[in-house]
Amino acid sequence: MSAKRKEHVYSKRLDSAFLAVYNGYTFFLRFFREAFKGRMEFQELVKQCYAIGYKSLLLIGLTGFITGMVFTKQSRPSLAEFGATSWLPSLVAIAIVRALAALVTALISAGKVGSSIGAELGSMRVTEQIDAMEVSAVNPFKFLVVTRVLACTITIPILMFYCTMVSLMGAFLNVTLNEGTSFIAFFENAFEQITFLDIFTSVAKAVAYGFTIGIVGCYQGYNASKGTEGVGKAANSSVVISMFLIFIEEVIIVQVSNYFRV
Amino acid sequence: MAETNNTQEPVIDIRGLYKSFGDLHVLRGVDLKVEKGENVVVLGRSGTGKSVLIKIIVGLLSQDRGDVKVLGQEVSTLNEKELRDLRLKIGFSFQNSALYDSMTVRENLEFPLVRNVKNLTRSEIDQQVEGVLDAVGLSQTINQVPSELSGGQRKRIGIARTLILQPEIMLYDEPTAGLDPITCLEINELINEVKEKYHTTSIIITHDLTCARATGDKIAMLLDGRFLRQGTFEEVFNTDEERIKSFYDYNFIQ
Repeated sequence: MSAKRKEHVYSKRLDSAFLAVYNGYTFFLRFFREAFKGRMEFQELVKQCYAIGYKSLLLIGLTGFITGMVFTKQSRPSLAEFGATSWLPSLVAIAIVRALAALVTALISAGKVGSSIGAELGSMRVTEQIDAMEVSAVNPFKFLVVTRVLACTITIPILMFYCTMVSLMGAFLNVTLNEGTSFIAFFENAFEQITFLDIFTSVAKAVAYGFTIGIVGCYQGYNASKGTEGVGKAANSSVVISMFLIFIEEVIIVQVSNYFRV
Repeated sequence: MAETNNTQEPVIDIRGLYKSFGDLHVLRGVDLKVEKGENVVVLGRSGTGKSVLIKIIVGLLSQDRGDVKVLGQEVSTLNEKELRDLRLKIGFSFQNSALYDSMTVRENLEFPLVRNVKNLTRSEIDQQVEGVLDAVGLSQTINQVPSELSGGQRKRIGIARTLILQPEIMLYDEPTAGLDPITCLEINELINEVKEKYHTTSIIITHDLTCARATGDKIAMLLDGRFLRQGTFEEVFNTDEERIKSFYDYNFIQ
């Protein structure tokens, strides 16, 4: 009698976790291979930049404005205890530039853009549209994945900059209503403590988050299976995984940037 | 003068093809030869691996064992560029048409053309798009999006999208599935027109015997992972094999 075939190397869950990491890694490497090979799909890239960037302006603007205003309002009592409300613009600007703007933009984009990329590519996969591109001798990875990942990497830093400005406007509104500070005085005070390292780190974070949202959404959608259930799963896991990775990147980048801070 | 077709290599030559998905053994020793200009219909029940067969031919899936030669090239040994060049000569009509739903009909048709044929002017692109649309009889749909088209129209546009690259081989995956009988007849006519006009060699995957009889020069009956019978429609169905008879009876008697 033949011995029972061993189905898994470790366990089913561990095996599939290792396989997922390996597949993600090869997908990541493939992106760089394809990005620098052949003709760039500029028209599709511009279309995606518009879809990802322009169409997120309202949501990110609204969230950023409320974040700036509420953060200012909540910080005031603590500073008032020490008679330091004049530091409010600096405090708020540091919080927004160093952490809040990039995180708010990334988390909103992970939800809005990541899920939309996951669902779109997932639905193209299960309806054989990606196979149709492949059999018509068109590289679907270059057309679909490279353009979307690049569009996220380009537009999310721009959205982050926009979110910073709108958040500061929210903060200014709250400060001017309470302390009567002028526009110029607020922004002079706000940017007093902001250094080049803060801005550089903030942009680096936004680039990393944008790339993460794009590549995770594309990976989940491109490898979707099992019909409509697979499309839903791709959209959902695009959000969950990219948020998880964004938090890990945040911790790493903050540690690295603090190392350079005098 | 060159010799006739008899001495030519088959356009598609499949020998001892095996394909499994886990414990599911789909193809178990498939042999098939398709000669130039021939329409071969692959018949079989759902889930017997008919679509898997043509996906292996076009390199979307790889076989476990066996040889698949298309236009003299062994598909599994081709590199990325060679496979792309081969795919330019193969048109694949998907079961659900697989039209790009974010694009209009015009953009769907232009998509493979502008990416595979260099230095085309705008008027040349328009001319070719209008040409294939005219060939499938749907010139009026040029600015519509796939969601505005009927099932039959989507099938036709899917075929037009493959014809724009003027393929030598056409692979039809269930071309009449889910269509009403009149539209089925129109699709059958279109498949024959494509053969006449574009001089294609075709494999038609179906379980519709009306389609098989109307379009097939040769029928291959796929059962238990291999071709049980091959020949003309009459040769295949003139048998006492119970499963083939029941297949015929269901299509033509009920």
